[in-house]
Amino acid sequence: MPRAALAAGARAVVPMLLGVVPFGTIYGVLAVAAGLPPAAAQAMSLLVFAGSAQFVAVQLIAGGAPAGVVLLTTLVVNLRHVLYSASLAPYLRTLRPAWRWLLAYALVDEVYAVAIARYGAGGPAGQWFALGAGATLWATWQASTAAGIFLGAQVPPGWSLDFTLALTFIALVVPSLRDRAGLAAALVAGAVAVATVGVPLRLGLIMAAAAGILAGLVAEARA
Amino acid sequence: MLWMLIAAMGIITYSLRLSVIAAIGRFAVPPTLARALRFVPLAVLPAIIAPDVLAPGGVLDLSAANARVPAAALAVLVAWRTRNVLATIGSGMAALWLLRAVLTRVGCACP
Repeated sequence: MPRAALAAGARAVVPMLLGVVPFGTIYGVLAVAAGLPPAAAQAMSLLVFAGSAQFVAVQLIAGGAPAGVVLLTTLVVNLRHVLYSASLAPYLRTLRPAWRWLLAYALVDEVYAVAIARYGAGGPAGQWFALGAGATLWATWQASTAAGIFLGAQVPPGWSLDFTLALTFIALVVPSLRDRAGLAAALVAGAVAVATVGVPLRLGLIMAAAAGILAGLVAEARA
Repeated sequence: MLWMLIAAMGIITYSLRLSVIAAIGRFAVPPTLARALRFVPLAVLPAIIAPDVLAPGGVLDLSAANARVPAAALAVLVAWRTRNVLATIGSGMAALWLLRAVLTRVGCACP
């Protein structure tokens, strides 16, 4: 049973690898272009294992932002993982601590999506399924980061490859704008971010995120 | 210093993922917080995208020379219609390169 569930979990994330491979490769390219040593760029993929936070951190580090700002931004960008943690927790409560610690490490967006679908449908051996999905995604993320680091030095700046960051985020956020409240959060955050572009230490990002979340809550309460 | 920063980023991210899983039965996410968390990615990602597109040089640039604006607009349309990451990135980059080539031909010093 564990082996079947492990393989099923791995298969479940395969379609998503189409998005993960370019994302990881572009991260590697941008990290090297931003001046990170190759080992540090790879270590970030190993230790942080969170695409959007890694992209933003690399941008901030390249811009000379202080450590406190990088960490605060990491916290804000990854806050959504608390929601994933809360949503999976009831299904993991009977597992040994080692299992819970391991699955928490692998709890990235794609893995959460397939794991909660399996648990919700009452599928057996959910922890093996989640492990299969997590391990597949993890290996792909590490390999594509390495490929990007390897390519990094050979990509000319004239290609404006940094624009792929904005495009990747457009691809992530646009399909998830399903209601008026979500749209309000996105539009207000974008507008505040542009208006605060001159604020030092890239603190405009935090201000814009707070304004966007507030706008979403207000729009939802009025709906 | 860089290594300590990366390690601290890892600890923060892991703590967020482990939070409720480790503390199961001891605390639950309050409903208001859960509602707010839903909006976090929807607010954070546009807050990163918008200045990158509309103010690439650190100042608002809505002139015709800023090819990122129409390229991003096309990418939004493609993302909305196809929900495909590769198609979105591909169309946006192709539009950016094409517009830059056209603008260079008409003699503009573009960012």
